[in-house]
Amino acid sequence: MSEAAHIVIDRVSHEYRPARRRPVLALDDVSLAVGEREFLALLGPSGCGKSTLLYLVGGFLPVEQGAIRVEGRAVDGPGPDRGIVFQHFALFPWKTVIQNVLYGLEKKGLPREERLRIAREFIELVGLTGFEDSYPAQLSGGMKQRAAIARTLAIDPSILLMDEPFGALDAQTRSLMQAELLRIWQRSRKTVIFVTHDVQEAVFLAERIAVMSARPGHIKEIVEARFDRANPELLRSRQFVEMVDHVWNLVRGEAILAERSGAA
Amino acid sequence: MTSETVRVTSEAVNGIANRIPAVVPRYLPLLLLAVGWEALTRTGLVPTSALPPLDTVARAWYELASSGDLWTNGVASMTRGAAGLGLAIAGGSLIGILMAWYKPVRAAVNPIVQFFYPMPKSALIPVMVLWLGFGDASKIVLIFVGCLLPVTLSAFNGARGTDEVLIWSARSLGASRARVLWEIVLPSALPEMLSGIRTALALSFVLLVSSELIVARQGFGYMIGWLGDGGAYDAMFAVVLTVALLGFAADRLYLMLVRRILAWRE
Repeated sequence: MSEAAHIVIDRVSHEYRPARRRPVLALDDVSLAVGEREFLALLGPSGCGKSTLLYLVGGFLPVEQGAIRVEGRAVDGPGPDRGIVFQHFALFPWKTVIQNVLYGLEKKGLPREERLRIAREFIELVGLTGFEDSYPAQLSGGMKQRAAIARTLAIDPSILLMDEPFGALDAQTRSLMQAELLRIWQRSRKTVIFVTHDVQEAVFLAERIAVMSARPGHIKEIVEARFDRANPELLRSRQFVEMVDHVWNLVRGEAILAERSGAA
Repeated sequence: MTSETVRVTSEAVNGIANRIPAVVPRYLPLLLLAVGWEALTRTGLVPTSALPPLDTVARAWYELASSGDLWTNGVASMTRGAAGLGLAIAGGSLIGILMAWYKPVRAAVNPIVQFFYPMPKSALIPVMVLWLGFGDASKIVLIFVGCLLPVTLSAFNGARGTDEVLIWSARSLGASRARVLWEIVLPSALPEMLSGIRTALALSFVLLVSSELIVARQGFGYMIGWLGDGGAYDAMFAVVLTVALLGFAADRLYLMLVRRILAWRE
């Protein structure tokens, strides 16, 4: 595991220091290794610091205690090797779908023809062909997230960081998008860290699930969830249902704790 | 898709039929005001020395226009206004965004902005004359100084409100910090900036005319003052109405422009 690790999180703690208020310890001594091309879910109750951990890997927040290494190198700021998809899409609202997807490709300095070809290819991959010239405000939530995923995948990052990407979508759209994501991941095989508080989502998508405790967040347990995901009956299979039950029992106590401390 | 097309077509058809008559009821109060004006002066309720009838004002306007006086003074005024406002837009946007992006700039500039913001800029008219004389420069700089702060503040607030995840997205897509400022922060600030610029546009007319009224040898304000002193009240009102109309037209045009720039908001 560790010699093939793509991302190493080594004894990381993180404190938020809001202005004129007491500092909050969001992460407490978290260690985790994510393998090359592995799909890992970070599961935990609201406010457990799972998004914070993702932002640290993304380089959006400074690593102040401990270390995070990607391919052996310490993370120092954001970079195109780590693509990110946010819960609220974070599309550039003044750009059309294709302009959003082209943004990262322009930064790569590819020739114009090449950029357009790649952008169209990924717009097709996420099923948005025909909406290239729509502005984000004209799209539904699910379509916005498809566009955001296309924008991130187009620059071909080796790591995909996903911050509750389907959390803002309705239940039907969410399960559609989960299946789509699996399909895309099986084709492009990136290392994925997927943050969620939805147990079923984590078990359905991830090969390993890191269950986090309530704040201050630390890794409570890591659960292997290797299923044959091509099986259409998977969601109804006994091993799947039992796994969801098992993980839910792990999270349950933490969710109650988080609820009581009012962490949201 | 189909219903969309149908809606658009029927809108286009109705649009032609409705648009022109729709303007009339909207501006009906203005028309009533004009009729009231004419009635007050015609019936002698208000002496014509205080308020000349609208038709004599119109005649005076025609004379001023055909003699070329209105044109040469108008060009002088509009040039000053455009120069002062243009400089304020460029400078204010730059300062405001830099204030939001760099803490040291904010620390240095913020107290100055806060102190001068509530100050009536017309108080600077004599100062500008003292420093820059009676010509164009004193008016341009006055308008620049007066319009700079509303633009600066709106750019600052707009830029500061930039969604953090947009900046993060851009950075992880490979944009440098400098690129982010230009490509993410500026367009994020745009809606608020554009409304600040609208305030500045109205303010530029105020400062333009008042500075020309006090010291100038050319311009709308100068004409108003000079015609008023000479007792040519119908001509004076003609210039006042011209300025009002130009201000109104500039504001309408500006709103149309803003709607086009911000079309992505739907």
